[in-house]
Amino acid sequence: MMELIVNGAKTYCYTGGKTFDAAKPTVVFIHGVLNDHSVWILQSRYLANHGWNVLAVDLPGHCRSAGEAPETVEQAADFIAALLDAGKVPRAALVGHSWGSLIALEAASRLKERISHLVLVGTAFPMKVSPALLDASLNEPMKALTMINVFSRSTLAAPPSVLGPGTWVYGAGMALGRRVLASNRKVNVFHRGFKACDSYANGETAVTQISCPVLFLLGAQDQMTMPKAAQGLITKAREAGKAVQVTNLPVGHHQMSETPDETLFAIRDFLGR
Amino acid sequence: MPGYSDPGFDTLALHAGAAPDPTTGARAVPIHLTTSFVFESSDHAAALFNLERAGHVYSRISNPTNAVFEQRMAALEGGIGAIAVASGQAALHLSVATLMGAGAHIVASTALYGGSQNLLHYTLRRFGIETTFVKPGDIDGWRKAIRPNTKLFFGETVGNPGLDVLDIPTVSAIAHEAGVPLLVDSTLTSPWLIKPFEHGADLVYHSATKFLSGHGTVIGGVVVDGGSFDWDGAKDAATGVGKFPELSQAYDGFHNMVFTEESTVGAFLLRARREGLRDFGACMSPHTAWLILQGIETLPLRMARHMSNTERVVQFLASQPFVSRVGHPLLESHPSHALAQKLLPRGAGSVFSFDIKGNREQGKAFIETLKVFSHLANVGDCRSLVIHPASTTHFRMSDEALAGAGISQGTIRLSIGLEDPDDLIDDLKRALKAAEKAGA
Repeated sequence: MMELIVNGAKTYCYTGGKTFDAAKPTVVFIHGVLNDHSVWILQSRYLANHGWNVLAVDLPGHCRSAGEAPETVEQAADFIAALLDAGKVPRAALVGHSWGSLIALEAASRLKERISHLVLVGTAFPMKVSPALLDASLNEPMKALTMINVFSRSTLAAPPSVLGPGTWVYGAGMALGRRVLASNRKVNVFHRGFKACDSYANGETAVTQISCPVLFLLGAQDQMTMPKAAQGLITKAREAGKAVQVTNLPVGHHQMSETPDETLFAIRDFLGR
Repeated sequence: MPGYSDPGFDTLALHAGAAPDPTTGARAVPIHLTTSFVFESSDHAAALFNLERAGHVYSRISNPTNAVFEQRMAALEGGIGAIAVASGQAALHLSVATLMGAGAHIVASTALYGGSQNLLHYTLRRFGIETTFVKPGDIDGWRKAIRPNTKLFFGETVGNPGLDVLDIPTVSAIAHEAGVPLLVDSTLTSPWLIKPFEHGADLVYHSATKFLSGHGTVIGGVVVDGGSFDWDGAKDAATGVGKFPELSQAYDGFHNMVFTEESTVGAFLLRARREGLRDFGACMSPHTAWLILQGIETLPLRMARHMSNTERVVQFLASQPFVSRVGHPLLESHPSHALAQKLLPRGAGSVFSFDIKGNREQGKAFIETLKVFSHLANVGDCRSLVIHPASTTHFRMSDEALAGAGISQGTIRLSIGLEDPDDLIDDLKRALKAAEKAGA
């Protein structure tokens, strides 16, 4: 792991069990709302052992990272830029899931050539959150967590997953959500993250401003960010002449735990381009 | 699957962890009786060993049939994952051995299965792990027993066989104040009666031999992680090391992995499987896992019948003049009656004890007259069972320890099965009469 000081705050990055090597290319994994670095364990360990530096970050104010939890996608994108500076990373691929996909998109649009690849997992634009869910995330977070956990899953029989065989990803999702929420005693990072998703308005512009190829890695059964909700971004990217790849997996919103291998292979192959 | 809300218990009992086999279309869970699994390539092999990809390597560590059982138990308990092991005792040992080594200390309930008491009091002591036993209802006792090296609180949801109900919310709160987890043996209750995680427990294990299997056919165990305990916890000011370096420090026995970094919520399971199953090797046979799965599919139906039959039998015994005591929390006279109503609204189990007004010979006559009840050393079977604990399951315990577990020389333990309740009562009626006559 690496601990970097970003914007004056201790920032945790899981490195896949390997030490950072300036000679290798770097990939940054960005988690979604009520998640942390651990949702990327399989994908990040694999890439770290196959020629990449991995920085699977805990966003500020989440779990092992200090600092103020970002209020907007734009703030979080600035954090990613500052993270690369703090880590002295000249160029990196960005992989983001859900809220993290919007952060990755916005960061890629700002950092231009400094970003080599962009992978948007379970993305949508706009990423509107229903008023009822937004309210529940603030006032009844456990109820809201249960709702999004159900909406995120597509199976009661996930394959061997983030903890290996015997993992009940339903329960693991709930436990992680509770842990992330409890990790910040000052701010409800659930509500803040959802608000950031809901209010982000720059997606279609941002996707025209990126300077790298982009992979849309979508879940065909995703009830949180339905594949059709990504079509606007895909169209805009294509119209702007960007190199676009779209991969649909037979899965819901939690691609990393329900189809860990397929998600890994899609990311690995895209990064190898 | 799934829909708009969490699946219910009965649905999970049938479907959690299992889907139609993608290769053959088999609807029931296949039994994967194989030691090993072919690697796709050298890279695949290396990735599996290094936890870069998830999958099966060798059936001591994991197996697809066992994985269905593990997912299903985690689903029913409300946990994050589980590990199937060779027996309930193996589940207890795996839990302890994953969390501590020589020099550690456990605080445990006095109301334990005899084998568990034996492991803690005698065997683990030989390996440098000490246990202080506390009556489950002695709340101050739990607190006072804590030492700087305490690593675990441990008790049974309902003590065997006195059915002292563990006040999980209170005991877990004391444990958490001290920075240690609460491990609960829920064998006698099964998740149908209580889900200990909802009340504050951190780890739950079962002897799956009992109600989960339900048919008295196989020996097995399972430990489930609730994913709630923060193993990083508070750090020692001088050393900077937490209470559980086994999980929060690099382990050179497995890729220098820091398990709490690998998984924010699942560090215990990672180490328990990667070290515990690998090195101690108390794994479950896939055939056993399959048989237990058959049992779990009808667990809700069976537990409901176990409870209704138990209620009938308890009421009958309580009305018999030759019976001096019936130890079931259904009765207001039981010390755990109020707590059971709160924590176990569906019932406090179908394994309980009672005392007859007679000597040892009369107790013997009682047991030997029974025809429907089988005299054997098990509980949680679909058939009704009977045993004399002081001379069998708890025979190694001292009189003092026996008293602590609520057992006397005249205590008889019943495990109420699924037979017609009228037949059970008839059987008990005849046996009581025979016992009474034996004293004449």
